[in-house]
Amino acid sequence: MVEPAVDLTHGHAHDDHADHGPQGWLKYLWSTDHKVIAMQYLFTGIFMALIGGFMAYVFRMQLAFPGMPVPGFGIVSPGEYNALVTNHGTIMIFWVAMPVLLAAFGNFLIPLMVGADDMVFPKINRLSFQVFFVSTIVILASLVVEGGGFAGAWTAYPPLSADSTYNLTPLGSTLWVIGVGLEFVAFLLGGINFITTLMNSRAPGMRAFDVPIVVWMIVVASILFMLSVGPLLAGAIMLIFDQTIGTGFYNPATGGDPILWQHLFWFFGHPEVYVVLLPAMGVVIEIITTFARKKLFAYRTVIFTIVATGVLSFFVWAHHQFIAGIDPRMANIFTVTTLLISVPIAELCFIYIATLYGGSITLSTPMLWALAFVAEFLIGGVTGIFLGAAGADIYFHDTYFVLAHFHYTFFPIAIIGTFAALTYWFPKMFGKLLDERLGKWHFWLTIIPFNMIFIPLFVLGMGGQHRRIYNYTHFPELAGDGFQSMRIIATLSLLVMLGAQFIFLYNCIKTARSKKKAPRNPWKANSLEWTTESPPPHGNWHPDRMPVVYRGPYEYSVPGREDDYWPQNEPK
Amino acid sequence: MSARATIIPFRPRPQKPRKLISNGVLGMILFVFVEIMLFAGFISAFVIIKSRAIGSVWPPPNQPRLPFEQTAVNTSALLASGIVLFIAHRLFQRGNKSVGALLALATLLGGAFVALQGVEWLALIQEGLTITSSTYGALFYTIIGAHALHAVAAIAALAWAFVRLTGDRLTKEALSTVALFWYFVVLVWPFLYFQVYL
Repeated sequence: MVEPAVDLTHGHAHDDHADHGPQGWLKYLWSTDHKVIAMQYLFTGIFMALIGGFMAYVFRMQLAFPGMPVPGFGIVSPGEYNALVTNHGTIMIFWVAMPVLLAAFGNFLIPLMVGADDMVFPKINRLSFQVFFVSTIVILASLVVEGGGFAGAWTAYPPLSADSTYNLTPLGSTLWVIGVGLEFVAFLLGGINFITTLMNSRAPGMRAFDVPIVVWMIVVASILFMLSVGPLLAGAIMLIFDQTIGTGFYNPATGGDPILWQHLFWFFGHPEVYVVLLPAMGVVIEIITTFARKKLFAYRTVIFTIVATGVLSFFVWAHHQFIAGIDPRMANIFTVTTLLISVPIAELCFIYIATLYGGSITLSTPMLWALAFVAEFLIGGVTGIFLGAAGADIYFHDTYFVLAHFHYTFFPIAIIGTFAALTYWFPKMFGKLLDERLGKWHFWLTIIPFNMIFIPLFVLGMGGQHRRIYNYTHFPELAGDGFQSMRIIATLSLLVMLGAQFIFLYNCIKTARSKKKAPRNPWKANSLEWTTESPPPHGNWHPDRMPVVYRGPYEYSVPGREDDYWPQNEPK
Repeated sequence: MSARATIIPFRPRPQKPRKLISNGVLGMILFVFVEIMLFAGFISAFVIIKSRAIGSVWPPPNQPRLPFEQTAVNTSALLASGIVLFIAHRLFQRGNKSVGALLALATLLGGAFVALQGVEWLALIQEGLTITSSTYGALFYTIIGAHALHAVAAIAALAWAFVRLTGDRLTKEALSTVALFWYFVVLVWPFLYFQVYL
């Protein structure tokens, strides 16, 4: 193989350079190693998750105890409240879910799982993180500039987002659009790398259907992202022009159309749901097969199903606009496509169950997270059917029912999926095994409060509680005791859930301090990343011992074998 | 289940997999797909705003007309550049290293297109069509400006390829990657031209 040699010399040259160039942590800032870039994405994502979580804490406290000063923040003004909910949504989706699930785990897993020494374009990969880092600074800066952060909801509908006489945040809203736009550029660069690496850098012998599902999922997600992001970038450029030059693309007074933004936004926005969902579903497949010691049920069907999901996801976007004044005949069509897309996702859930059926299941921490993902995401999916039907959606639109629904999809994706992946690959990433007992405490103290936050919000939504209201006690029909006590239950549960994250933090610190090293393959799993050291060295394998592949990644409990697993690289 | 699971197909010792498409070209194909969707977004915005014009009069009556015939000259310069580059690209793929003149001609024709477009813009601004004068002007400058930025970037890439060629350091893969981007800039133009100028 030529490539490892080339890249090793590159790595060597880089080290030489580091001796008289950037030292210490700066060396990591300019690294082209996919594992270092994955860590950069992971830690930036976790940092942003803390900020997003703090925002949730502040506005939930305001909703439960309106007008009272929030410890650590003070009294929340209506403008600040709107900025908090807007940026909570923006940060959690674009700066937590995407960098962690797609970029961090994509970067870490793809070269290791396909048996490559690095990404195909390491420098573009580095550029990707650098652009992302700048976008992070821009979005954080937008929170503190004069006038405050953008407060027009994360969907940024004009005219509220386009005209600063309405949103009162002339700087914040423009920085918000620029930040999101830069972030998209970063993921475009990353996506090109992911797809090209899977296509061109697979280990000898690895055929298309020998690739672990999570890699397929991340790559299909990248394709979806790249095909859907163009129109939104076009829309964002027009929005910036509307904000700064005064062009009027979205202003009916000058012949523009505010609904145009909604189409461009949701044409991206709906595939985006699957962009973050698919990697999480892939992670769950890896974990379930490993801890059920069973071959994945219907490998090829999974691939075809995610492709079908991807295609369908481009034809459902207008279900976000049922009450935006679109033609009712069009609403009917989008109802049908929306209900159709639940079929492939339900299929994946049945594949999980069929894989678990008859397996010898170990309820380790990663397995608990994976199973919780399936259960909780199912609730999110089932409640989505009500919103996908145009008739029901007219009542539910913009209520807390919608809010609870998409938190039941995004929380399993961004938090449960991430913890599943993190606890599963932690030994490979950091070379130490997490404490199982603390991990289980953390799991239960996250999952139970999560349900106690959002089940009351479903009930509130069905009771007609509208989103984006600063203080419900101003509305007599929403201020009753029953309603307010449910808001308080949700907020208290949030406090418990946020507090439980310190268990995870403590677990990480405790693990980092322990001397015990993780073995190469602690879970006895098949895929290639477990055949190298923990953590893998620069170049992933010794250049003379790059892996070759003889079989698919899910050969568990094969009859007639002594071991219940069969690594992909073992000839016999 | 057990019957199927026991049958693991025999695999000979694996060979290094062959690449269907080289890394650079594949990366550029993916990038071009993103760009196609970007311009699709712009075109759909144009169509929607055009369809909402007051009294279905488009372009707006008080706005200057775009010079459709004059731009045909610019268009032919761009298309000629694409054809010249295509010939140079083909020759280079077959091992002919003396394509410097053709590559330079393609780059210069591309530069001529951008320059002529600039002259046209100056005239239009004089006539009163600006980015804020109407959504017509805003769409025109945004869409055609986005294309012009792509053209400038692609011309810079062609110039880079020319410099590499004179130093005999240009690889086939690098030229293919650059050429692919220029083909995109050339081929997307007729769509913009007939949609926006007509």
